[in-house]
Amino acid sequence: MIRLDKVSKMYRTERIETTALDNINFAVEPGEFISIMGPSGCGKSTLLNLMGLLDEPTSGQVAVDGRTAERLSDREMARLRNERIGFVFQQFHLISDLSVLDNVEIPLLYRRMSGRERSQAALAALDRVGLSSRTRHFPSQLSGGQQQRVAIARAVVGRPKVLLADEPTGNLDSQMGDEIMDILESLNREEGTTIVMVTHDPRLAERTHRTVRLFDGRQVQ
Amino acid sequence: MLGNYLKIAVKVLLRRKFFTFISLFGISVSLLVLLVTAALLDHVFAPHAPEVRSDRTLGMYMISMQGPHASGNSQPGYGFLDRWVRPMAGMAEVETVSIFRGAQRRLSYVDGRRIESYLKQTDGEFWRVYSFDFLEGGPFLPDDEKNARAVAVINETTRQRFFGGAPAVGRGLTVDGQRFRVVGVVKDVPFLRFLSFSDIWVPTSTSRSQAYRTDWRGDFQAVLLARDRSGFPAIKRELAARLRQAEKQMPERDLFDHIYGGADTLFEATARALLSDGMRETHPEKLLALMLTGMAFFLLLPTLNLVNINLSRILERSSEIGVRKAFGASSGALIGQLVIENVVLTLIGGAIGLVLAAAVLAGINASGLVPYAQFALNFRIFLQGLGIALFFGLLSGIYPAWRMSKLRPVQALQGRPM
Repeated sequence: MIRLDKVSKMYRTERIETTALDNINFAVEPGEFISIMGPSGCGKSTLLNLMGLLDEPTSGQVAVDGRTAERLSDREMARLRNERIGFVFQQFHLISDLSVLDNVEIPLLYRRMSGRERSQAALAALDRVGLSSRTRHFPSQLSGGQQQRVAIARAVVGRPKVLLADEPTGNLDSQMGDEIMDILESLNREEGTTIVMVTHDPRLAERTHRTVRLFDGRQVQ
Repeated sequence: MLGNYLKIAVKVLLRRKFFTFISLFGISVSLLVLLVTAALLDHVFAPHAPEVRSDRTLGMYMISMQGPHASGNSQPGYGFLDRWVRPMAGMAEVETVSIFRGAQRRLSYVDGRRIESYLKQTDGEFWRVYSFDFLEGGPFLPDDEKNARAVAVINETTRQRFFGGAPAVGRGLTVDGQRFRVVGVVKDVPFLRFLSFSDIWVPTSTSRSQAYRTDWRGDFQAVLLARDRSGFPAIKRELAARLRQAEKQMPERDLFDHIYGGADTLFEATARALLSDGMRETHPEKLLALMLTGMAFFLLLPTLNLVNINLSRILERSSEIGVRKAFGASSGALIGQLVIENVVLTLIGGAIGLVLAAAVLAGINASGLVPYAQFALNFRIFLQGLGIALFFGLLSGIYPAWRMSKLRPVQALQGRPM
């Protein structure tokens, strides 16, 4: 599904060079639910960004669905992200000017679909996360948990094969965090969506199939 | 997708009202100035009644006489035009030639009221070159000019002032102590139709003094109506050849030995007067380039301002841009979105500019500042304005959009876009 081959990521400024990831080899198989754990700054989010083609490695290769990222054009990369990958961010990253329904429709804007098809799919995704009664609300009118559920609906509306979640419960209390985790588990179990989740919470990591641990940019397990 | 873009565009404009106001102010004021200027230029240079044949009219409006110790620019005199230009009416390419004076202010008193009018002295051919709308009667004829008959064509306003608006043909009017019989009444002609404008038109031969008949320098102008634009080069060549001949017979040979000028369109004549040393040649393409450069500079400031505002707006919206990239927006799609937003902004600014320009022109028309002015935003100027607004929108939107579209999604999501 996703394969990382000798992937390293370095950040350079004029004075210093920081190694965020060092020689990571890693594969995600279809249907897996994987958690990535490690202390702050160990490169978890960087790893997730590379897997989602949101960033480029300094060296090594990232392949999604057998297609190597460095060989793809901007348009092909955009299409791959659009059709294969869904993202859930810790900060939700909803567009405050758009209604809940419009936010969820965003991935579908970049596909050939009619407006009616888009809104039907978005309503179904919102129903899936239990928010079909909030379609006309704006993000600022929702609680943190509700906003993250909107973000999940947006991530799954295009039926991606893999969902990448960067600390999806990091800004939520434990009860809301559990609700989000329930949704992710059911997506994995019932719809076969592959999920890679970054988390600090060992309790949540235990609920996934396997855990990848990072320390100082290296894979330790 | 377009609906979503437009929704976002409107929201973004409403979110930062001050930025939006500054942008709209810059765009609309710039367009206002451009549109008013365009309307003025259109009024002068485009074919409007009665100068509807300006596309096949050439004129000799200014000449320059030069010698080893003296030089001078002036309008040509009647004697010179009558001898060297009028005979060109015999050319196959020329339909007719008319010689006339510029309109001059004259006083009249009617029932103790002081009336100031413009009076233009011209010939019978004048009415063939220009197409006046006659409300009553008709023009005076070449024969009237030849025999110095005291006849006059007046405009609507003069009919109102002298006769209270009653039919005027056949009635007499006294201008500056001279009595004329009205033979025709025409619609008012705007002041900026320099060549045809006046309140009263009379035969040149009714002048009190006949001294003008021999002058080479004076206050006359000649227009040549070509049968077709294709005749222009032949007419220009013929006039140039005639000038060389005329130089040999100049009346002030002790002072001047060269005479420069040409058969020009109004725009060419403007270029000759403004840009040429001693009226030797005309470079209308230079004048056009200067005007376009001036316009471009004028547009550059609000455009740079918009580019700057757009760049700073991007900083605020990096999260949205990151999200869109993450969910599949290509660089092209994002550029499209931002440019559409900017075009919406500039079209709104353009619409405000158009309304302001229409109001300013209506104000000038109503003020009487320019006699009989009929400045208007016609369809052509409206299209020009729309084109300018779109140009604005594209130019100021594309660069920031391109910069932003090059970002990696993670940079945008983390809010460090530049």
